[in-house]
Amino acid sequence: MSPLTRDQLAKVVANDIPRDSYANLGIGMPTLVAKYLRPEQGIVLHSENGILGMIGLPDGQSKDADLINASREAVALLPGASITDHVVSFAMMRGGHLDITILGGFQVAVSGDLANWDTGEPNAIPAVGGAMDLVVGAKQVYVMMQHNDKGGRPKLVESCTYPLTGVGVVDRVYTDLAIIDVTSNGFVVKAMIEGMDLAGLQQRSAAALTLAPDCKVIRV
Amino acid sequence: MNKLVSNLAQAVVDIADGSTILLGGFGTSGQPIELMQALLDTDVRELTLVSNSSGNGPTGIGPLIEAGKVRKLICTFARSPNSLNPTAAVFEAHYRAGKVELEIVPQGTLAERLRAAGAGMGPFFTPTAFGTRLAEGKETRVIDGKGYVLEQPLPADVAFIKAHLADALGNLTYRFAGRNFAPVMAMAARLTVAQVDRIVPVGDIEPEFVMTPGIFVQRVVECEHVPLDP
Repeated sequence: MSPLTRDQLAKVVANDIPRDSYANLGIGMPTLVAKYLRPEQGIVLHSENGILGMIGLPDGQSKDADLINASREAVALLPGASITDHVVSFAMMRGGHLDITILGGFQVAVSGDLANWDTGEPNAIPAVGGAMDLVVGAKQVYVMMQHNDKGGRPKLVESCTYPLTGVGVVDRVYTDLAIIDVTSNGFVVKAMIEGMDLAGLQQRSAAALTLAPDCKVIRV
Repeated sequence: MNKLVSNLAQAVVDIADGSTILLGGFGTSGQPIELMQALLDTDVRELTLVSNSSGNGPTGIGPLIEAGKVRKLICTFARSPNSLNPTAAVFEAHYRAGKVELEIVPQGTLAERLRAAGAGMGPFFTPTAFGTRLAEGKETRVIDGKGYVLEQPLPADVAFIKAHLADALGNLTYRFAGRNFAPVMAMAARLTVAQVDRIVPVGDIEPEFVMTPGIFVQRVVECEHVPLDP
């Protein structure tokens, strides 16, 4: 049994984004997902700074300081792309026009609460960016994170101890061990890596898990 | 009507102590770096700066903070996005030392607070930040089962923005994502100063391709812009 690497996880998430979606990939690990989207999926990527219809910078293409994504990485535009200002860009987000957003997470609670912007440590400098707007507006909110933090503590919890980004907003969680839906009946495990079982996953989680009747093995 | 000024010093003249200054730009794009640098040569102080982030490296917000001109920063992202490239190190050090105040605002709420100010709206309810620490101390309301936070308009004395083309009437266009906060900041400030790559004759910008109409712009200065490294 080996946990998914960051790239394997990105590939699993990329494969699950519905065809022809308007999608926003958050800062950090979610930006890796762009690398694994296939053109035939017809997914249009949005960035907070007003870009709709971008791809990672192709090899050999020069960087332009005015053409970056929300993670400050140089990007390129696809034919049919558009660029707006921040007011219109955030209307797309808050107004329910984006089909899906993929975000990183510190903790996800059984109620769907998300903490992903501040560790709450006394010396931490806060940085919220567009995360709070994304979680209230996108039709689907997927979180992509390690199942346990660097200290081994579970990130699936009964209630978040870190400051919240949004209340009851998460629909699904992708970790290096499993895919878990957030439902009115709590966390439901949809898929697990080869060799993992519910008892093993439960041991690594701080909230009750139930197994979906059709729980699958994650194939990469 | 002629809004052109001949140099950067004239572009930033007569800004009062204690002013609130909006700064366009997002990451490496659309940063009015040269206007910010020009402010270093003035005596203005006690400023409140409003920006998406808290620094862009060796130029811009950092030097203004180091020069002791900044009382408060209103921004969405107050730490360096990449710890390997500490673009906000100056702010972080001064904030930790208690020398500059910080108000953190969700990015879409910042845009909408500016829009409200520029569009003559009062306070508004947004679902963003409901139930979080950033709603503390603010009026909240549940309407049709959905929670909202009451947010205030954010008017300003001055806006510094970076555009691509301009004419003497102050009509502006932007390059790629250099647009970001600039149009809404131009609306929200009493004095909007645009640094531009090139001034073109009135009429050269097709009316339906004007991105910021001149009514929102008071001063235009053409200057060479040194892009930040993406």
